[in-house]
Amino acid sequence: MMLDATRQQALSVSLATGAYGLSFGALSVAAGLDVWQTCALSLLVFSGGSQFAFVGVIGAGGGPWAAAATSTFLGLRNGFYGVGLAPVMRPITGWRRAWAAQVTIDESTAVALAQPADHREARRTGFWWTGVGVFLAWNAITLLGALLGSRIGDPADWGLDAAAAAAFLALVWPRLAHRRAQAVAAGAAVLALALTPVAPPGVPVLAAAAIAILAGWGHPRLEEVPE
Amino acid sequence: MSPYAWTWAAIVAAGLLAWLTKLAGHAVPESWLEDPRVHRIAAFVTVALLSALVAVQTFASGRALAVDARVAALAVAALLLWRRAPFIVVVAAAAAVAAGLRALGWG
Repeated sequence: MMLDATRQQALSVSLATGAYGLSFGALSVAAGLDVWQTCALSLLVFSGGSQFAFVGVIGAGGGPWAAAATSTFLGLRNGFYGVGLAPVMRPITGWRRAWAAQVTIDESTAVALAQPADHREARRTGFWWTGVGVFLAWNAITLLGALLGSRIGDPADWGLDAAAAAAFLALVWPRLAHRRAQAVAAGAAVLALALTPVAPPGVPVLAAAAIAILAGWGHPRLEEVPE
Repeated sequence: MSPYAWTWAAIVAAGLLAWLTKLAGHAVPESWLEDPRVHRIAAFVTVALLSALVAVQTFASGRALAVDARVAALAVAALLLWRRAPFIVVVAAAAAVAAGLRALGWG
């Protein structure tokens, strides 16, 4: 079966991201959660950054409510993604919307919006294939990681951390055609790095939204706005 | 409740809050989206968040900044993207560069 470019992107992102479920599962069990709790986090929270933060707080001896608060804070950017996706996904209601919300994460948003703006069907395909693909891979591999525990190696030895960063770079690349979008990307990167040593985890990436508000507030020419 | 039960309660609460956050974005009123300013900001927000994510994934090591194998891998990825290489080639090359450098004992 030949898959089109959108589905190929969705599948490679799903596998690369899913592989990280192995370290999440292992870390979660090492932090003191049991296998069921670890799998529940992947099923219910389903947002990598939030989940690593949750088990990080527990592992450091923090309370469960502090873990839930940190996890929620790190997930706030998914709310922004929903706003960006709404014009692509609507009309959508009921169970489909509930599922779309659950699989609204960095990866599904990035693949959806990397497809051409005049090709809504490709954007929706990118969203659903990536969202559901990552959901299946992430949950299956979380279970594997939780069962194997500390017997697994570090995904960084395979370069998977760099692969994840490169995938996001490739996905944001087509949206950087115009000067203003390039300036937003550069400003967001510099601000996030400047805040990394001084702000709590999650703040640096979220703060980058301020750059977008500045860029979109004025009256950029239509062709400067990344569709 | 036992500490075990409290952890379960926090997991369910974190899951519910994560889902509500995601749903809130999808449920913004249609009239907001029709506002050209909201539309422009929403378009820039995804570029800003994903770019910030790339920067943090490339340079952050906990709360410190580091130049290691990831930076070389991302430089190769950027070069390949500029040369219009396919997505899967870009991602595989980045993984190979990072893994190779680490196997040689750098970064």
